[in-house]
Amino acid sequence: MSPHPAIELVGIDKSFGAVHANKNINLKVEKGTIHGIIGENGAGKSTLMSIIYGFYQADRGEIRVDGKPLTIKDSQAAIAAGIGMVHQHFMLVENFTVLENVMLGAEGGQLLAKGVTGARKELKRLETDYGLDVDPDAVIEDLPVGKQQRVEILKALYRSADILILDEPTGVLTPAEADHLFKVLRVLRDQGKTVILITHKLREIMAITDEVSVMRRGEMVATRKTAETTVEELAELMVGRRVLLRVEKGEANPGKVLLSVKNLTVKDSRGVTMVDNVSFDVREGEIVGIAGVAGNGQSELLEAIAGIRKPVSGEILLDGQPIAGADPARLRALGLAHIPEDRHHMGLVLKFEEYENAVLGYHRDARYGTGPFLDLKAIQADAVEKIEKYDIRPPNPRLKTANFSGGNQQKIVVAREIERDPKALIIGQPTRGVDIGAIEFIHRRIVEMRDAGKAILLVSVELDEIRSLSDRILVMFAGKVVGEKTADAGEQTLGLMMAGIAA
Amino acid sequence: MSTASVPLPNWITYGLIPLLNLALAFLISGLVVWSIGENPFEALRLLVDGALGRGDAIGFTLFYTTSFIFTGLSVAVAFHAGLFNIGAEGQAYLGGLGAALVALALDHYVPWYVTMPFAIIGAALFGAAWAFIPAWLQASRGSHVVITTIMFNFIGAALMVYLLVNVLIVPGNMAPETRTFLEGGQLPKLDWLMALFGLKLGPAPFNVSFLIALVMAFLVWVLIWRTKLGYEMRTLGISPTAAVYAGIPYSRTVIIAMLISGGLAGMMALNPVMGSSARLQVEFVGGAGFVGIAVSLMGRSHPVGIVIAALLFGILYQGGADLSFEMPNITREMIVVIQGLVILFAGALEYMFRPAIVHLYLRLKRA
Repeated sequence: MSPHPAIELVGIDKSFGAVHANKNINLKVEKGTIHGIIGENGAGKSTLMSIIYGFYQADRGEIRVDGKPLTIKDSQAAIAAGIGMVHQHFMLVENFTVLENVMLGAEGGQLLAKGVTGARKELKRLETDYGLDVDPDAVIEDLPVGKQQRVEILKALYRSADILILDEPTGVLTPAEADHLFKVLRVLRDQGKTVILITHKLREIMAITDEVSVMRRGEMVATRKTAETTVEELAELMVGRRVLLRVEKGEANPGKVLLSVKNLTVKDSRGVTMVDNVSFDVREGEIVGIAGVAGNGQSELLEAIAGIRKPVSGEILLDGQPIAGADPARLRALGLAHIPEDRHHMGLVLKFEEYENAVLGYHRDARYGTGPFLDLKAIQADAVEKIEKYDIRPPNPRLKTANFSGGNQQKIVVAREIERDPKALIIGQPTRGVDIGAIEFIHRRIVEMRDAGKAILLVSVELDEIRSLSDRILVMFAGKVVGEKTADAGEQTLGLMMAGIAA
Repeated sequence: MSTASVPLPNWITYGLIPLLNLALAFLISGLVVWSIGENPFEALRLLVDGALGRGDAIGFTLFYTTSFIFTGLSVAVAFHAGLFNIGAEGQAYLGGLGAALVALALDHYVPWYVTMPFAIIGAALFGAAWAFIPAWLQASRGSHVVITTIMFNFIGAALMVYLLVNVLIVPGNMAPETRTFLEGGQLPKLDWLMALFGLKLGPAPFNVSFLIALVMAFLVWVLIWRTKLGYEMRTLGISPTAAVYAGIPYSRTVIIAMLISGGLAGMMALNPVMGSSARLQVEFVGGAGFVGIAVSLMGRSHPVGIVIAALLFGILYQGGADLSFEMPNITREMIVVIQGLVILFAGALEYMFRPAIVHLYLRLKRA
């Protein structure tokens, strides 16, 4: 083994205008190890990796690969240095085959034929060496997400990467797929490759890494041997204070049925059935969680209940009243609040000032202005109240919403929907892209709503979130509810159901 | 380094950057003038003098400005709702029909100030009606307003020629135009306003519709930033998905925004038809609808910006006409080139200087 670390960062510094994204970062990643980088959203992990991969240039500092200082001015240079990256959002051409995707950008000449034969042979070799089996002639869009990710890894290996960076690789995977990914990563490590794993999931760090570095607010605050640290210590390092990892909540006290879904079928814009004859009830004072891998119909179910997508058939009852097909404005008036999955495109208008978003959907309300006019004073006073109550920072209702962090943006949405005191609340991905401190806060609010006797339907792809918040758990797979479990159901049981294997 | 997210003070965004763009446009225009053998400084002097040098010059400049304020506001209102109304030209043309019909019907019987409110309504109604079909097609069928409004410009032009040649023409007359309105169908000139500044209006057709335009600019500001409808239009314009989430009705909002936009374009006709020629003529709009797009773009869709941009284009129009008269080498087409450069730099390339200015600004702030 060579004495040099696979990659070494010395004094990396990077600012975007006034934002100091990376402050004097030092990092050593040893060869043949899996090195985790963990931190909250906005801690600077992605910026750091983008610098290694040549998307950004560091303002100061040095990158050494295998002991040699290197300027990485673009991703071509990174690839040449043996660095490969698997992005959180796959960079694949959906209607190309696996082989074509792997070759893309490395075709080896003007004519394809020669490259194709070579690539096919190389893929075969990678497959046997690392256990990355994928049919080279399968079209990407027909493959499940886990396999698509494998194609991304193959792409990097095909370009003879020795250092593989994976950015939040498990976000879209079932637990079983994640396990398989980890197996692959271990094989890669044992074959001498170096893996850098960026994640905000502590569990993954503990499960697979050899070493872990923690980032907080642009700084590298600690590096630990994974075997010598604990989840609690890492969480504290990430946030800078002690964190409650479990949601504290008492027994649920369910009352009458408030939200009822009967034989609901929903199709997406292409006409594919996404929700297939789904029925369930949500009672007052309970949280019903819907677990499932992203893309199994949860989003469409939420949108149908919220009036954004018209169901094809079936009934939705709110407090006994049929609401299927009603528009969102009417549903709000009836007491149904909706925290949407996608705050950037739905829950907020990012170009609006904060106070304008604080009334989105409720802007026709009499308290925000009489007749055709808006009462800006009333709206701003209302916004200030919510800012104080929800500790939204910076506390400035005139700031453009895009300039708030993800956690604070989500708090704007949560405050708006909860403070209206609705009867029922439907929530999609309440803490996606939200830092730990804000997660705690939002979880507490949701439990308070439950204890106040509201009916709450929660959809999340974070199984931990579903398990810690829900009183009952429904599992969705391929548009159907494949089973119901109590909150204490094991992760493995749920994982199998999410993969459509067990019911 | 990405600079798009760095906030700048308003005086830089709305003052310094547009001025720099304008300066660059004039610099390049100067090079063009120089390349055809004329003195660019002399040309600039003639242009400014022709637009602002005398009372009647200012009067003409403000006359053009008035038209551009209306069409600029029209484009801006639609733009806030995410719609690109290219049809202000045709809507203004039809608006002229509305204004003219009112004037022809009332001018025998009542003074101008009684005719005026009806003429405003008539012009706005006809303009709005011409915007309604594209709006309805967009709202219910998804036909893009950019395409349909362009087509409606042509349909409108053909319709107006037909009406003027076959229906509205004075029998026995050769020119395709209506009869001249009596005083009760004309909007009076604003010579008293010019006199306040010690200026003589002379023959310039600067008239009451300028004041109507300013009132409309204020009302558009109220609409966009102070009403629930304006809030819904802006939400729809910035984020259609958020509008769906918020329960903002797409069809209704699109149609209303286009009706208001068409109405404002229609009102532009008051200025030339009732304020200047006192009759309805073929092609009286003369491209003001298209200039409105540039005005709205340059004015950042804000009424204050639109009034300023309209004034700039008024100066270019009037000063340009004078310049091509004084320097025969500089033809009308050359003036169009200069206007094109202004649109290019002030509108399309509005962010060209921004990264450099951000760097400079941050460095100065640090120091």
